[in-house]
Amino acid sequence: MTTLAESVAGAGSVAPETPVRAGRRGTGAWRFVVLLLLGLYFVIPIAASVVFTVRDRGRGGVTLQHYAEIPGSEGFAAAFTRSLALAGLTVVIVLLLMIPTVVLVDLRLPRLRTAVELLTLTPLVLPPIALVVGVRSVLSWAPDYFLNTPLADAFFALQKPELPWILVFVYVVLALPFVYRALDAGVRGADLRTLTEAARNLGASWPRVLVSVVLPVLRTSVLNAAFITFALVLGEFTVAAILGFETFPTWIVRISGSAAQLSVAVSVLSLMVTWLLLLLISALDRRRGTKESS
Amino acid sequence: MAPPVTPTPRRRGRRGRALTYLGALPFFLYVGVFLLLPIGVLAVEAFRSTDQVTFVESWSTDSIVAITQGAYRRAYLGSLQLSLITAVLGAVLGLALAVAVLQTRRNLLLRRLVLTASGVLANFGGIPLAFAFIATIGNQGVITALLQNELGLGRGGFSLYSMTGLALVYLYFLIPLMVLTITPALEALRPQWREAADNLGASGWQYWRYVGGPVLAPPVIGATMLLFASAFAAYATARALVGSSLPLVTLQIANALSSNVTVGSDSLGKALALGMVVLIGVVMAFYAWVQRRTQRWLS
Repeated sequence: MTTLAESVAGAGSVAPETPVRAGRRGTGAWRFVVLLLLGLYFVIPIAASVVFTVRDRGRGGVTLQHYAEIPGSEGFAAAFTRSLALAGLTVVIVLLLMIPTVVLVDLRLPRLRTAVELLTLTPLVLPPIALVVGVRSVLSWAPDYFLNTPLADAFFALQKPELPWILVFVYVVLALPFVYRALDAGVRGADLRTLTEAARNLGASWPRVLVSVVLPVLRTSVLNAAFITFALVLGEFTVAAILGFETFPTWIVRISGSAAQLSVAVSVLSLMVTWLLLLLISALDRRRGTKESS
Repeated sequence: MAPPVTPTPRRRGRRGRALTYLGALPFFLYVGVFLLLPIGVLAVEAFRSTDQVTFVESWSTDSIVAITQGAYRRAYLGSLQLSLITAVLGAVLGLALAVAVLQTRRNLLLRRLVLTASGVLANFGGIPLAFAFIATIGNQGVITALLQNELGLGRGGFSLYSMTGLALVYLYFLIPLMVLTITPALEALRPQWREAADNLGASGWQYWRYVGGPVLAPPVIGATMLLFASAFAAYATARALVGSSLPLVTLQIANALSSNVTVGSDSLGKALALGMVVLIGVVMAFYAWVQRRTQRWLS
């Protein structure tokens, strides 16, 4: 009977917008077991971490002391603002680099699509630690080979501990796969070719087309890409640790020895805040996405 | 893919065309400098070594030979083993979770919660996850204390600071990664296929054996490759959990780079990193091959 109902429903709609397989079939017991067990696996560490951070070791009971300590703790402000700055710069550069590239490839240079796709997806599987060892080797050219040349000065300028630009440039590479996929999905979803041709026929210049047509159409994709990049930079440890800069994650590791509960409190808080922000963006996404049907 | 009826207006001829290609130049320059150059330098400098006494650099395969032996060999094997096991487990569990979540059709909230949480854990994870697990089942952990003090049970020989413990933490970001990667493929399974199978009298098992399974196999294998690469490259979690006491390549690389004592350990670090790139290259070639098959299946 359910099958019949589904076939009828399926026949009625022209395009299957959210194709979901028949769910009422069978008992569904395995599904319940999977959701329960994995749910426990994912909830327990977070819940236990919260308990770990709020229990008062001295007197027993509950305290929010470790959360209140975060802003004032040694080194936090510097490391966190540095990470925020790195994240902001990375977002700006990666978007400036990728939006024109993705749009250009889609509209005028489809022949380059495979090359761009391959290059942007490489950092997804390339171990960041291998990339950063390579970057470190290149950076060591400055003292080894180009000492007292402008190039060496430029290399050293990239490595200022207060704001290490080299991290920004490496993070852009690490963010490429996510940004490319987000933007590419947006470009494919919207019929950019028709839209831009219409705009061009109405006399808009290319910069005008980019700002007034392409960007608004890609708004959600750009927002998604920006957010993923931001979160990625805030959580990135490997590159910063190997190059020896202090960012938010390396700060957590440094203080974990002396302030265990503080480090867990910061960890839990950063996970929760990131998740809430992502939920918010996905809610925005859905409101817009209902018409476009993913 | 065929362009619409009206051809793209060609306004500027050959010069415009060159200008268009110029527009793609920043991307290729950037990737060349910050992605290809470092890897290329790695591939060259892994074959340079500095003499212990005279500090003269020369070409040699010393580092390459060294990383295939002893502790480094064990580190590669340890990393490969851990990545393989966690990738397969993560793929199976992640697939089960994705299917279970997608089938709860009415519960869109659950679906969105799981997908966004997956996004956070798969991409942002690393350090915070390690500390969450330390707080849970570490030596001072909440669950550890619960098992030992309240319930009077031991930990059954389990330690968070071992390969098994590390695997448990890795799964915490690998399962979400699988959910994220495989969900589009699951959504691409057309309900009509299931209906057609049903109408022809196929059982649920037969549908998965002859229709769903073969269509899903390539993306599942591809996603497993991705999980493998992710586990293989993981450094932050291992560093925060166990310092450098386990045989893992990423930890060995960090060790080699941070030791200023031995001359040539830098070159060793480069060789170890190059070894990782080569291994991942092999895996990725396989992945590309799988992707091609996927496209053939689903187009």
